[in-house]
Amino acid sequence: MTRILNASGCLDALAVPEVARSLDVFVTKTVTPLPRAGNDPVRIAEADVGMLNSIGLANPGIDAFVRDHLPRIEALGVVLWVSVGGFSAEGFAHCCAILDAHASIEAIELNVSCPNVTAPADEASSIVAAARAATSKPLYAKLSPALPDITAVARAAEHAGADGLSLTNTLRGLVLDRGTLEPILATATGGLSGPALRPVALAAVYACAQASDLPIVGMGGVETGEHALALVAAGASDVALGTVLFADPAAAERVRVELDASARRRGFASTDDAFRRAHGLASPRPNAPVGPQEEHGLLPIMATEPVSL
Amino acid sequence: MSTRSVALRVRATECVGMYTLLRVQRGPIDPGLPGQFFMLRAEGLLLPRPMSLCTAAAGELGFLIDPIGTGTETLARLRRGDEVAVLGPLGHGFPLDATRPVLVGGGIGIAPLPYLSETLGRPPALLGFRSDAHAVAAELVPQADVVIDPVRVTEPLADLLVASPEATPLACGPEPMLEAVARLASHAWLAHEAPMACGYGACYGCVVPIDGELKRLCLEGPTVRASRLYEHCGDALSPAQARTAPEAGVAA
Ligand SMILES: Cc1cc2nc3c(=O)[nH]c(=O)nc-3n(C[C@H](O)[C@H](O)[C@H](O)COP(=O)(O)OP(=O)(O)OC[C@H]3O[C@@H](n4cnc5c(N)ncnc54)[C@H](O)[C@@H]3O)c2cc1C
Ligand SMILES: Cc1cc2nc3c(=O)[nH]c(=O)nc-3n(C[C@H](O)[C@H](O)[C@H](O)COP(=O)(O)O)c2cc1C
Ligand code: FES
Repeated sequence: MTRILNASGCLDALAVPEVARSLDVFVTKTVTPLPRAGNDPVRIAEADVGMLNSIGLANPGIDAFVRDHLPRIEALGVVLWVSVGGFSAEGFAHCCAILDAHASIEAIELNVSCPNVTAPADEASSIVAAARAATSKPLYAKLSPALPDITAVARAAEHAGADGLSLTNTLRGLVLDRGTLEPILATATGGLSGPALRPVALAAVYACAQASDLPIVGMGGVETGEHALALVAAGASDVALGTVLFADPAAAERVRVELDASARRRGFASTDDAFRRAHGLASPRPNAPVGPQEEHGLLPIMATEPVSL
Repeated sequence: MSTRSVALRVRATECVGMYTLLRVQRGPIDPGLPGQFFMLRAEGLLLPRPMSLCTAAAGELGFLIDPIGTGTETLARLRRGDEVAVLGPLGHGFPLDATRPVLVGGGIGIAPLPYLSETLGRPPALLGFRSDAHAVAAELVPQADVVIDPVRVTEPLADLLVASPEATPLACGPEPMLEAVARLASHAWLAHEAPMACGYGACYGCVVPIDGELKRLCLEGPTVRASRLYEHCGDALSPAQARTAPEAGVAA
């Protein structure tokens, strides 16, 4: 079953526990080794077909997170992923080592792709390798859609020990005040999310699903079940909601129902059918009875060559 | 806090001077306390926009809108029968037990005051506007004293505070006005503004310096005690100084 998560940084479970409980997994805002106040306001602006944010990874730092926030999140009884950020491979590893001790955390997402802070000095693959050495928890590498070759980075992350991919983070964008033509955000540029990201995220998921066997959390402009189904068809096993939550905090429930209805309407017995359709693989007849293998969700054979890195 | 946005029908939109009063069917929505706000979204907008509740007639929610950009223009253009998605009430309202409250509004900062004035049994109210056309909105607060630029609303406020220093200003307006009110009275309550994407603590977009750190205004406010927002507040400006302070202006 496709799980519905929130996109990191788009929900505070402690502010609205009932919204966090409406998700299959709650993902925290990115936590960094040291506390960060974040960027100065103005931090958000609506863009033509999306929104910009330049929050700048505001967070209490890993120590205060584990001490003050984690126990309160644990008390909510949600399935929990923690998003981790840093400015070096050691920073990521430091956070992962601390989180490793907490059984309540199902997985760790490595945010190697925030457009609002200085990029980490290290390559995604060395960050994943350092994190891998620091924890036995499943690691999801969250990649930027702006990478020149996202599949190469995805394969490198897989090779370095990632257990999954989160696709995608935001793209850099700029909005000018329509009167003065000055940038609205204090940082001038920010991360573009929402509908504008939809085709970009689809392309990233589609390419990475062909290039790697890792499970993918798809995100980028999902507002409806149709959007979620498209990501699943492109290759996502799970789907995360970001910007849509701002307008519709109850979106998870709605998207779940719509996703189910969208798949049924096409006669898909499982989400694999959607995947086959999008990837041009032998497509079953609509409503065809599903064999036991398919029910168990075996992915069709893909032409994935073992890669040497 | 309600976390379900509800699609409501517009009953009417009316011009009130330079502003638009958007009257929406109340549906199942609780009007909340004066100073609390709602996130409003209409067709064509990705993000909702924060709006204070202005009037709370039976079965209705009234929002006073200053159309300054895409979002507010879209909301102000709604017509009877159109749908608007409403989330709220959100945030903290004004204290209803303040000692001798005096309402202070600058420009569109009048928005939460009609409901507040009604709830508090019509306390004194001082309103400042940029022009006579904007000042038409003062009709929403019966018995208010109105000043027009270049007279600043902090001038009659300073006089009032000299006569009764224990009076508590409950103020909403542009930032320079709020700062000037804070300098006159550290115990004032100010309805602050910041661009907001969610209104319920999810996006961290709305931070302002409160108690010296960046905090989310949608959760801490939007009404905040002046002393938490401004360092040099209550600097006991004499009324004469208040009158000449350049930043005590009403920009809206
Ligand atoms: C709690 C709260 C209650 C509010 N209540 C009301 C109300 O009752 N009536 C009303 O008309 N407005 C109210 N506002 C302000 C209103 O929400 C903004 O004017 C609106 O979001 C602007 O959106 P826009 O798309 O029209 O303008 P944009 O195109 O986003 O902005 C136009 C210009 O205004 C600036 N701006 C945008 N938002 C703000 C802001 N919040 N404060 C200061 N400058 C801003 C932008 O930088 C830009 O220069 C309230 C704001 C808050 C936070
Ligand atoms: C306000 C805001 C804050 C965000 N903060 C983070 C963050 O802390 N860490 C992260 O990995 N991604 C962050 N993101 C990116 C989202 O997790 C997501 O990748 C992106 O918004 C695309 O999804 P969407 O179009 O559904 O919003 C943030 C996005 C927004 C809009
Ligand atoms: S408006 Fe989103 S956190 Fe305050």
